Amino acid sequence: MSNKTTVILAAMMGLGLAGTAMAEITKPECVAPAKPGGGFDLTCRVVQTGMEAMLPRALEVTFMPGGIGAVAFNEFNTSRTDDPNALVAFSTGSILNLLVGKYGEYSLDDARWLAGAGVDYGAVIVKADSPFQTLADLMAAMSADPTSVVLGAGGSVGSQDWMKAALIAKAAGADPKAMRYAAFDGGGEALAGLLGGAIQVYTGDMAEMAAHLDGSLRILAALSEERLPAPYAEVPTAKEQGVDAVWPIMRGYYLGKNVSDADYATWVAMFTTAHADAGFQKVQAEKGLFPLPLAGAAFDAAVRAQADTLKTLAVEAGLMPAN
Amino acid sequence: MTEVFSGLATGFSVALQPFNLMLVLFGCFFGTLIGALPGIGPINGVAILLPIAYSLGFPPESALILLAGIYYGAEYGGRISSILLNVPGDAGAVMTTLDGNPMARNGQAGKALSLSALASFIGGTVAVVLMTAFGPLLAQFGVGFQPSDYVALMIFAFATLASLVGANPIKTLIGAVLGLMLATIGVDSNTGVMRFTFGVPDLLSGIDFLVVVIGLFGMAELFHLVEQQARGAVKSIPVDRTFVSWADILYVRWTLVRASLIGFIVGVLPGTGASVASAVSYGVERRMAAPDDKMFGQGDRRGLAAPEAANNASAGGAMVPMLTLGIPGSGTTAILLGALLMFNITPGPQLFSQHPEIAWGLIASMYIGNVALLVINLPMVGLFARLLTIPQHYLTPLIAILAFIGIYTIVGNPFDLYMIIALGCMGWLLRKLDFSLAPVILGFVLGALFEDNLRRALSISGGDWGILLSTWESYLLYALSMGVVIGPWWRGRPRRRGEGAADKA
Repeated sequence: MSNKTTVILAAMMGLGLAGTAMAEITKPECVAPAKPGGGFDLTCRVVQTGMEAMLPRALEVTFMPGGIGAVAFNEFNTSRTDDPNALVAFSTGSILNLLVGKYGEYSLDDARWLAGAGVDYGAVIVKADSPFQTLADLMAAMSADPTSVVLGAGGSVGSQDWMKAALIAKAAGADPKAMRYAAFDGGGEALAGLLGGAIQVYTGDMAEMAAHLDGSLRILAALSEERLPAPYAEVPTAKEQGVDAVWPIMRGYYLGKNVSDADYATWVAMFTTAHADAGFQKVQAEKGLFPLPLAGAAFDAAVRAQADTLKTLAVEAGLMPAN
Repeated sequence: MTEVFSGLATGFSVALQPFNLMLVLFGCFFGTLIGALPGIGPINGVAILLPIAYSLGFPPESALILLAGIYYGAEYGGRISSILLNVPGDAGAVMTTLDGNPMARNGQAGKALSLSALASFIGGTVAVVLMTAFGPLLAQFGVGFQPSDYVALMIFAFATLASLVGANPIKTLIGAVLGLMLATIGVDSNTGVMRFTFGVPDLLSGIDFLVVVIGLFGMAELFHLVEQQARGAVKSIPVDRTFVSWADILYVRWTLVRASLIGFIVGVLPGTGASVASAVSYGVERRMAAPDDKMFGQGDRRGLAAPEAANNASAGGAMVPMLTLGIPGSGTTAILLGALLMFNITPGPQLFSQHPEIAWGLIASMYIGNVALLVINLPMVGLFARLLTIPQHYLTPLIAILAFIGIYTIVGNPFDLYMIIALGCMGWLLRKLDFSLAPVILGFVLGALFEDNLRRALSISGGDWGILLSTWESYLLYALSMGVVIGPWWRGRPRRRGEGAADKA
């Protein structure tokens, strides 16, 4: 090793040490583990715009696509495990992928679940001229004959989108594996499939319905705990119709698992402030998200609670072994 | 109809405002450049500029006009590197290489560039006129197209392309199968099972179409050039001053009509885009030609005009379901839809009544954009054509740099760079073995659509194959498939009998 390299190496190590010791967020970054333009991009934009005033400098959004989030999860478990500057966007779908092993041999303990960006809720949608007037009509049809109804959504069998359909089937007392489900390439195509009559029920998300409240579709139920604010106030929840089906689609951020407690606490404090801030809430609403004011330990608990629900469904559907 | 004309009048009053006019021109010019760079296509251009347009605080109609300008500008620009370098500029321009590049090699680069610009103009204009007149009606048709109908459409596409570059049918078939195999890599969209990913997380979402295109075509072409240079066998292409003539236009007039219509209809369907549109229209032209027509693949003007008219028409067609129903018909329109939502504008049927300035302004800008693109492109033909006079030892590394940057820009994943090199080696080997690469690409894009839709249709029917023959659209497409397979044979038959008789006598 030449002298010059030694000096450079030493300098780099020194910088690295200084970085960890300072516990300071100097160069905030949000990693969207996908291509630009998708849901993770949107998740990063929430913090970029919503927390602009709080951050020391403009937050940079970077993209790390590959393997539906696996590449980013791997990166933050191998080379950037203690980077205090980088948030990584994730969603309920990422938790599911992690659980069923699509991210490799990692578990929920391999990331520090930080804070919520917002939440969306599942929706059960039919065409306006559908014979199913209420969720009860659909439930009756499905419990009489699970194969009489064709459901569909924008994700493959075993995906988060499919699970919403499975949840409905289960609530109707049908075996999710027996249900007729068509997997489309994204929500747009699934919606086209519903309007074109290829499928009868679309298990989509509430926020994407904003563009379709004109009467061409009927939302049978919102899969939220309580009714959502306008323009969705007219949509009944599944719960109030006597069906125990709640499906939040969380969006949030995690940090590498070796990020220090001090840095974690700094971020948690910032998010706690942001969640109460009107400006942040406005950005959230603009991106089609409902509030999810959870950070730190409370958020970690919410992630683990959802993971349990996902696990139960995944085991029942034969997607993963019960252990 | 009066509604349409008053709408158009509103639209032109918006689109002709100096600021918006400037944005259309800028978008078209910038889009052409983006399209011409190998790898970067309309979807990247629009995705890159969306946040910029938003942060500059443009009014929504201006932002949308700018983004749409980039969209069809890129569809125009894709042909340039296809023709000159044999490297498709974007996904919709793969078929353009088949006859466009041979024309350039025959010393007709100028003619190829100007003819394709004209074909693009006609395709784009036909699409926007049809969209203006029948938009909402067509959107209903597009949405009503069932998964089983897509299966029939893919069968039709395979039928038209069966004899593609048919020097050796076995090799064509092997090529198509290789494409199908590449398409199966990744998480299976129907069951969520991982196929051929070998534990590599980067392969979970499959191989991006552009990675396959740039790898198989671009890198393979590059290796081929390097090999030629190493052997000192580089042929210099003569500088040409050729330009499209009336005779050329008359020669391809029916091709343009057919390709524009096919491209538009395929574009309106939510599940298919420019690559399928150009493939189907190329296949149809080839099948329409006399069976003994050996010009295709050697620099046929019809083979150049058809895919270019079709991919521009499909860009217009894809706007129909986006504007009228709020359903994106392609990746690029999905981003445009996202742009509308960012401005708190709800697309769909109410768009035309609630925000006529946006809906009609956008449509009017498409008329202006098409004219602008023709005006921008024709004078630049000579300039582009001179690109070929750059010595190979400068040109080759330049293509390499552009391809690498282009691929890295799409998704920013270094794994894709290894991927294009691997695919490039495969493409180069296939070329050595005298395979044509087009069937590989077509197997890749059509095969994936075929499989997804077939299995989607079967999960809808609960496994009953009868669903494949349940609509008039599918009957029509199967009948057309039979027609394109039997037709050439039927037309060839009487002459063969005549020859037989002559032999006897």
